[in-house]
Amino acid sequence: MDKTAPRFLDCGEAALSVEFGDSVDPAINARVLTLDARLRAAPPQGLRETTPTYRALLLRYEPLEISRDALVAAIEGLLAPVDIEAKLSQPAARWTIPCCYDPAFAEDIDEAAALLGRAAPSLAQLHAGADYRAYMYGFAPGWCYLGGLPQALAIPRRASPRGPTPQGAVLIGGALALIAANPMPTGWYVIGRTPERMFALRRDPPFLVAPGDAVRFEPIDAGTFLTLDARACAGETVARKEALQ
Amino acid sequence: MSARLIVDAAGPGVTVQDEGRFGLSRYGVTPAGPMDLGAYFAATRAAGADNAIEVSLGGAAFRAEGATLCVAVAGGAFDVRLDGRPLPSACLLLLAPESRLVLRAGAWGAWCYVAVGGTLDLAPILGARATHARSGLGPKPLAAGDALPFADAAPAPLEPLALTAPWLASSGASVRVLLGPQADYFAPEEIERFLNARWRIGARSDRMAYRLEGPAIRHRRGHDIVSDGVAMGAIQIPGDGAPLALLADRQPTGGYPKIATVIGADLGRLAQLRPGEDLSFRAVDWDEAVAARRDYFAAIEAGAERAPLCAEMTAESLLAENLVGGVVDARD
Repeated sequence: MDKTAPRFLDCGEAALSVEFGDSVDPAINARVLTLDARLRAAPPQGLRETTPTYRALLLRYEPLEISRDALVAAIEGLLAPVDIEAKLSQPAARWTIPCCYDPAFAEDIDEAAALLGRAAPSLAQLHAGADYRAYMYGFAPGWCYLGGLPQALAIPRRASPRGPTPQGAVLIGGALALIAANPMPTGWYVIGRTPERMFALRRDPPFLVAPGDAVRFEPIDAGTFLTLDARACAGETVARKEALQ
Repeated sequence: MSARLIVDAAGPGVTVQDEGRFGLSRYGVTPAGPMDLGAYFAATRAAGADNAIEVSLGGAAFRAEGATLCVAVAGGAFDVRLDGRPLPSACLLLLAPESRLVLRAGAWGAWCYVAVGGTLDLAPILGARATHARSGLGPKPLAAGDALPFADAAPAPLEPLALTAPWLASSGASVRVLLGPQADYFAPEEIERFLNARWRIGARSDRMAYRLEGPAIRHRRGHDIVSDGVAMGAIQIPGDGAPLALLADRQPTGGYPKIATVIGADLGRLAQLRPGEDLSFRAVDWDEAVAARRDYFAAIEAGAERAPLCAEMTAESLLAENLVGGVVDARD
């Protein structure tokens, strides 16, 4: 069997998971995002919605309009050899997200730094120096999961969740980074905070970063955070977007 | 004066729902929408509405203000009364400003839909009016004193009509599932255990998930998977082995293996089970699931039949029926 061929897994009769692997891996995620982009560019009859995740693409479809076999055939027609897919999957945009690592805003940075055996400023420097990619959203609206965390910052998640995160929390957990939107309890560590709103109902568009986009963090001090936070609160987008394609 | 539906009383978990907030799962947005789509459509199509109030076991009471409203009720066998007069649990009625419509849990069923003919005059949030309380999207869960404004109120029949829809009937039949997407995380004997067990709906069940009490289902190779998308009706087995059926308010992605997924035609029947009630599952293949889906949606498309309240549906006989329901209801 071709190890690179995805698995097609039924999620009931009206949803199909196209699974490219079972791990968090940039090459696997690139294949997910490539298929997602192609299906969105030319959706087969009966396809209702796609949900990209780290390693699989969930397709919601109407089986009274398209059979499973026809849907699978349509997907297979869109797949390319794996090395080509990885190359095809280039970020459409790069976001520079302001992030304050001051412990007054980065509630858990000292705790996480101690667990990682380094000083908080060095943790912040490593985190802000890396190139990330938005792998997927999940958990709650605007919670954006990022690949690309430096190995040195991989940290086991908490055994039990901490209290609700502040608005715009920047977190690390496992081998991943995360930008949160609304406050929620979490097992991850808050190592920074962005004034940007990852999700704002009254803004058009309500979500900024798209799955597949490149992300970098730009360190800001507490004073800049407060200034930008006030502007973001008034509806301004304080992160910067650069088109890449 | 514009027409308004006034909420006189509402138990916990009474919400406005439309078909759901679709298209934004890629940004972490849960679709929400009705727990029992068939009952929702029975009510909305009878009233000429594109949304409904989903009434929970806690019950609710409504009255009209400013105009007479056309109201359709459908769902589980709730105790439905118009100014104290018992009505069939699925019905179409005229709600005059001085009248009061009261719904309480009845003989069976966990959800009941109240649809008002006309246009609900609330701005959609991210394209929908469905309530997802956990993320604060859509109208807040309803409480006494809330008022829902309606424009273009639809005409209503002068006398209440009974609605009959075969897909609204209670049934003890097993709930059909398609195995997967992660059935391979379970040994064949664990899948057998899942399919042969008698399950009970747990007390801490809600719109997000129904907890299933029964034998523990063991994983073959660990209970953590890298998160993937979660379809409506997915049955997830977390670390403790107690299944969770993920429903309308589920998170859009999840990190536990999903042993099976409830088929579309049976989601409403599962949703209508109450905490403490039993069920079992039966595995079917894709073709059987789609055949069931075709029949289910064809029946919904044909719509509920309307009939005048028949002679034997006197207040006395309905009262007797509802007294039986009242015991089950237990005013919890």
